[in-house]
Amino acid sequence: MSLTEVSAVCTDRVILDRWHPISALAETTPVPQRTQLLGAAIAHRRVGDPEPEVWLVDDAETPDAGPPLPVLVRYGYVWTSLGDPIDLFEIPEFDEPDRRRLNAGSIHVATSAPRAVENFLDLGHFPYVHTGLLGAEPHTEVTEYDVDIVDGEIWATRCQFFQPQAAQNASGGQMTQYTYRVPHPYCVLLYKSCAIDPTRRDTIGLFLQATSPETCRAHNFLCMVDEESTDTQLRRFQQLIFGQDKPILENQQPKRLPLDPRVETPIRADKSAITYRRWLTELGVRYAVVPAD
Amino acid sequence: MPTPPDTAWYPVARSDDAPARHIFHGQLLSQELAVWRADDGFVNVWQNRCLHRGVRLTVGDNDGGELVCRYHGWRYANRSGGCTYIPAHPADAPAQTICNTVFPSVERFGLIWTTLGSDGEPPLVDTLEGASEFGLRPLPVNAPADVVLDHLGSYRFAPAGALTGDPAVRVAGIGDASIELVSTADGHESAAVFFVQPVDAARCVIRGVLAATPGEALAIPVLRHHNHRLSVLRDRIESSVVGHPPGASPAPAARADERSVVPADRAGLHHVRVGRRWDEADGIVGFALEPIEGQLPAFQPGAHIDVHLPNGLVRQYSLTNGPGQTRHYLLAVKREPQSSGGSSYLHESLAEGDELHVSAPRNNFPLRRDVTRTLLIAGGIGITPLVSMAHALSHAGLEHELHYFARGPEHLAFATEIDRLSTRLITHLGLSPEATGVALRTMVADPGPDTQIYVCGPGPLIQATRDAAAAAGWPDQAVHFEYFANPTVLDQSSSFEVSLARSALTVSVPAGRTILEVLRDHGIAVPASCQQGACGTCSTRVLEGEPAHQDVYLNDSEHRAGDAMMICVSRSHSDRLVLDI
Repeated sequence: MSLTEVSAVCTDRVILDRWHPISALAETTPVPQRTQLLGAAIAHRRVGDPEPEVWLVDDAETPDAGPPLPVLVRYGYVWTSLGDPIDLFEIPEFDEPDRRRLNAGSIHVATSAPRAVENFLDLGHFPYVHTGLLGAEPHTEVTEYDVDIVDGEIWATRCQFFQPQAAQNASGGQMTQYTYRVPHPYCVLLYKSCAIDPTRRDTIGLFLQATSPETCRAHNFLCMVDEESTDTQLRRFQQLIFGQDKPILENQQPKRLPLDPRVETPIRADKSAITYRRWLTELGVRYAVVPAD
Repeated sequence: MPTPPDTAWYPVARSDDAPARHIFHGQLLSQELAVWRADDGFVNVWQNRCLHRGVRLTVGDNDGGELVCRYHGWRYANRSGGCTYIPAHPADAPAQTICNTVFPSVERFGLIWTTLGSDGEPPLVDTLEGASEFGLRPLPVNAPADVVLDHLGSYRFAPAGALTGDPAVRVAGIGDASIELVSTADGHESAAVFFVQPVDAARCVIRGVLAATPGEALAIPVLRHHNHRLSVLRDRIESSVVGHPPGASPAPAARADERSVVPADRAGLHHVRVGRRWDEADGIVGFALEPIEGQLPAFQPGAHIDVHLPNGLVRQYSLTNGPGQTRHYLLAVKREPQSSGGSSYLHESLAEGDELHVSAPRNNFPLRRDVTRTLLIAGGIGITPLVSMAHALSHAGLEHELHYFARGPEHLAFATEIDRLSTRLITHLGLSPEATGVALRTMVADPGPDTQIYVCGPGPLIQATRDAAAAAGWPDQAVHFEYFANPTVLDQSSSFEVSLARSALTVSVPAGRTILEVLRDHGIAVPASCQQGACGTCSTRVLEGEPAHQDVYLNDSEHRAGDAMMICVSRSHSDRLVLDI
């Protein structure tokens, strides 16, 4: 497969001309690893500092070589592109020296990348899917919050939800504050009140690698203010949460996100999801979605 | 063999695939199905998809009366598939239009049948009528239904009682998607009917039913015999279609007929029959209203219906049904001494078997289920919406108590029914207004966090409850009330102008006429129901001016905000009002 044939796989210029995550930097190896991006077979390997190599596997007979692809190392991940990528979004907290920064897991999900983004934006499922952790019945109300588009990114602010045990040392439930941010069609971040320092906020991201229109790999990004927990504890909690979301995501039909608001039944609590679907339509995204037209 | 139409009836499960509290995942003609039995025995066959975000309902919960989506806890009612609760917005009643796609269902020959159309019923098979039928193991086959039906004609099996004999098998009948075979050997005979369920264009399930149940010792050998022979047949069928793909798999089947399982006439009314009438308490009669065809629309606790009486009157009554009680609407009607023909007609003239029309349920009194404690306060016949709430709270396992004010024990309705719930029932009998006030002040003395009050009954009881709660420091939003009638003495003496922002029209409202009446004179249709400021149907947004509220629907904070009004009774303090109409 040549680069021109790649565009036969994904013809969506908006998506082709973006950086996409393909691996945590720490998980790259000198031995080539194969993966898939937007329907194309690609591979990567670490060749010493500073940057790994990424290439298109255009000949199954010689998977260890092929036309090179652009490489960017940011936020602990290797990013690449099948087009002419626009700049990657900024995460200023990543540079704060006392933050814990790690990949909590790269997990295959049998659904489209936008379905995973939308689930990450969603508060109302906490009592049902993350019972006892992020929510608990009967505290199910999603109160009004604000959604706006700022500098081309979606920001949802003033979000709050009852959390039965907000931190390991907390007793009883309390309202936890969240801010959500969608800076990229397949990447989403949240800022959550920090259990240890009320003046700061933990940053958690979900960076989706769209392997095909109906499958993805979810890279779980953590950037936390936490001196106590071990890396294993942080990863284990995030994997527990994502492991609860995964079977729900894999039981959504259709797998591609429908952008026509009439196909599903949005409610007021879905304000951020409604904005996300409209934003994808306005950007002209057609890959991994069911377009509105 | 020609393929029957997509709107024919097919079996999609065995009756025992749908035991209590289970959800069976079926498929017919590419349409995924959620098949579940409610505690009242009714089998629901639904599109397997939550309307909200498309999650399969088969990964949810069957709580006996409702199906609950695993993702956001949306609840869908037994029979109609209507959404009854959206937990993210606990204060709102879901719109009537949020209703799942529901297919008709019939249990026959130990199988659950459905159709993607809406008419008719499963085939009648004389051999199986009144028989002690015996279901074989359903056998999935990777081949199109017409190919499978052709091959089934050559299926060879032995009759129970002569399993090792040399049978003669003849085709005794051919249906649209079934074939009937009779096997004889050594003086024994067995009849079997094989139905073919098309799963999609390339797959189907053979569902065999024997006309007679073999004796206990023979049941397992007979099942084994058919398992073996049918598996051989399947291998033969599948090898015959290798390399003959059936073409592109069709898109999920759309319903051939959009007619709803919840039929309504052009005015949106539902035709019902009085299935049962009984004496509920002294002066209170109960009625069960059954649909004449199809199913009734879903309701939530606190909902009421308009009952259109044969004498032309329309009256509102709360439903007393609990969740999942969807076979009929249950009402309790007190005979009002000053009845103008509503309650007296129901008491004197409405008999079992009589037919009437009712509206779909509306809910101005929705029950929040996101609180840890609920206080229900009923006065007299005001018990009716609170009975429905007590059912829902008990079903959800939420703490609640019901204070029931009545003149005497003979006036208590629903006592036995409430006794079966987890409700803490406290009766207050024969109290004077002063004693009632004392009792109310005691029960609302502590405005605990996460507690809500629901009160329904005569106007003075509601007013006393609201006053007591306000004095004890309850926020307005925690005190919910529903008046049966507006006790306010309406003042119609003012005259003023009303400008309609969207209709670009200004009208004068003279003394003695309501805004609603004047708008109707000008041909402007505004939805309205009770026309006494109690039901909330005519709620209208106020853009300018100061409304003079005379309704009992809005609470005090909403009255002060002045951005909405009930145009059937409320008027204006300012010379001019601008309404969003």
